[in-house]
Amino acid sequence: MSSLDNRPAESHKGLLAFLAGLPGVDQVGAEARAAALGTRSIKKESKIWAIDLAISMVDLTTLEGADTPGKVKAMSAKALHPDPTDPGTPSVAAVCVYGDLVYAAREVVGDRIHVAAVATAFPSGRASLSVKLADTKDAVAAGADEIDMVIDRGAFLSGNYGKVFDEIVAVKQACGPAHLKVILETGELKTLDNVRKASWLAIKAGADFIKTSTGKVTPAATLPVTLVMLEAVRDYYQETNIRIGVKAAGGIKTSKDAIKYLVLINETVGDAWLTPDLFRFGASTLLNDLLLQRQKMITGHYSGPDYVTID
Amino acid sequence: MSFEYAPAPESTAIVNIKSSNGLFINGEFTAGHGTPFKTINPATEEVLAEIAQANQEDVDAAVRAARRAYDKTWSKMSGRDRGKYLFRISRLIQERSREFAVLETMDNGKPIRESRDVDVPIAAAHFFYHAGWADKLEFAGFGNNPKSLGVAAQIIPWNFPLLMLAWKIAPALATGNTVVLKPAETTPLTALLFAEICQQADLPPGVVNILTGDGDTGRMLVEHPDVNKIAFTGSTAVGQAIQRQIAGSNKRLTLELGGKAANIVFEDAPIDQAVEGIVNGIYFNQGHVCCAGSRLLLQESIAEQTIESLKRRLQTLRLGDPLDKNTDIGAINSREQLNRIIDLTKSGDEEGAQRWSPDCVIPEKGFWFAPTVFTNVTQAHRIAREEIFGPVLSVLTFRTPDEAIEKANNTPYGLSAGIWTEKGSRILSMANKVRAGVVWANTFNRFDPASPFGGYKESGFGREGGIQGLGAYLTSEESS
Repeated sequence: MSSLDNRPAESHKGLLAFLAGLPGVDQVGAEARAAALGTRSIKKESKIWAIDLAISMVDLTTLEGADTPGKVKAMSAKALHPDPTDPGTPSVAAVCVYGDLVYAAREVVGDRIHVAAVATAFPSGRASLSVKLADTKDAVAAGADEIDMVIDRGAFLSGNYGKVFDEIVAVKQACGPAHLKVILETGELKTLDNVRKASWLAIKAGADFIKTSTGKVTPAATLPVTLVMLEAVRDYYQETNIRIGVKAAGGIKTSKDAIKYLVLINETVGDAWLTPDLFRFGASTLLNDLLLQRQKMITGHYSGPDYVTID
Repeated sequence: MSFEYAPAPESTAIVNIKSSNGLFINGEFTAGHGTPFKTINPATEEVLAEIAQANQEDVDAAVRAARRAYDKTWSKMSGRDRGKYLFRISRLIQERSREFAVLETMDNGKPIRESRDVDVPIAAAHFFYHAGWADKLEFAGFGNNPKSLGVAAQIIPWNFPLLMLAWKIAPALATGNTVVLKPAETTPLTALLFAEICQQADLPPGVVNILTGDGDTGRMLVEHPDVNKIAFTGSTAVGQAIQRQIAGSNKRLTLELGGKAANIVFEDAPIDQAVEGIVNGIYFNQGHVCCAGSRLLLQESIAEQTIESLKRRLQTLRLGDPLDKNTDIGAINSREQLNRIIDLTKSGDEEGAQRWSPDCVIPEKGFWFAPTVFTNVTQAHRIAREEIFGPVLSVLTFRTPDEAIEKANNTPYGLSAGIWTEKGSRILSMANKVRAGVVWANTFNRFDPASPFGGYKESGFGREGGIQGLGAYLTSEESS
């Protein structure tokens, strides 16, 4: 290959200059800020409110090789009515499954909640663009109205931002009316500078949501990473008046953790983002802890794992 | 939908404030001989307790007790054994940390979040750090056999009552000196709780003595002929007076005085973290911080955008009940200090600077001042030159690194500075040129017992903390 092949296409020059010009992120400072917000004490009525909000933001997820239509249907039923003992419990925002099981989820949830499918050779993203586009179109055709794509981290880490950008643009087109969530897989990008860069890259390429992780890489979502992504979304809104959503996925297991994210949103981008339209939790076990805490807040005592359903 | 945080007040049940408090002399609480005074909660103006006022008789008794303890016990004790007492004190502060935090917040007005997460843990860390030095002083670089000085008179301010006590007492005890300490008039309670800790730790009587009182008590202590060392933290005016008072004596002196620190933000700074650093630099502890980053120097190319980000960030600060765990800005410590802040900010208005504060509800009772930003400030303005010691930021701009240095150093003070840039070489070159005892790079108001703290020029002299801080309490000469 000649060195000419590595030169950015003319159309990407502006993008590259923009990404190079982004202010840096001081890791120590970002971590300190996230930790400080993590010490907010959310009690009583604000906690009840926050727990219901968090439930309504969950993308209830199963992404296992062992998934079956039965498993997906059971989970989808739970997504609609998370707590059978209390019909006042809000539904979650969406179920999130592999593309071939979208139909099973749709059968159960109908139009009442969203169905998200992971696509583009999830989780590694190692496939040709045509395969990724076919994967996306399949899922949309099966009834997914949200697509969770992964970026090509190999391309990103080798500095080929143009390729990452073009893929997102192409996938967005393949999505048609479906909303596009772009997974940055921040656990592989490692630095917060990269997280900021990838956030902007995805936003500029047309992402409706930017998402932290696949859940298959450790660390998955963290508060500092989410803080940096929220800052990107905030700055983009300042420039354009367009609100991009953020999804924190993987590793958020307790109500306490979830509430820390809500505080982070509230004090970084403001309460306009405190809606399932603009923030999601990608999670499976989190929901049951939210339900247990909800029961505790309402009844005044803790029940136990046998009082929430396992699906 | 808006996310309201329900009140989350820390319970005060853990503290037991005596209605009337004595002095701590020779290991016991004794009545003072002056006219007692009251200490109040600045957030509510409620009286917390009556406090003894030490007069000359009490000062004499305390210095006598300290001298006796020095001669008979403490100076003869092995470093290893002194270290054990310091470790014990450190552990006891940790064990009773909640009590200290609540009491500090009630007496001082600072948010419980800060007393809990900053003041008390760092105070414990200072004792822990210095406990380690107690038996290793011959390796600290002050000669083979460094000697203690004798009786140290220590006078501390009201902004970090327990933490300043720890900065003073820990190195003094580790190096084998005994102590008479006077806490500030408005914030004596945690020092009295610390006296209880000394009893609990079985510290030999007289090693630590605590005298409460006003400036007169402080003056008597400074002038006492049997005091070998004076350590003072407070205003520049009082520091100068102390230096005059002890002229001609052979008392050793360290002064940690005021400041007007420049927090310098370059265009290549990590802006979001710089904004946090600006907030932490001047609004931490209501700006009652001698090393506060009260002068923000912004590179012109990013000034507008940074001020906008700063204002947006300030809208999220929560002012109110200091005991609420979500409060960011507590009460001003006293009416006197509040009046000073009001006066100086008025001069800012009059001299043409532009004032801005976020919307916040000021409680009816107590002493409060909304976080304030002045833009269009020039070097000639009083608010750019005088220490306000309140939540008031003066914003100036610069064009080049040279201009930043020139402006940063153009102050009678020289305590601290902040530098914000992603460029490592610039950090090093700026740090060398800024005339300040403490220079923070890409952070602000971080304290560690291993790091020396102190100033240049009218900010004082001598260092506290680290190896350098030990030097203030040691001599290589034979004691006189």
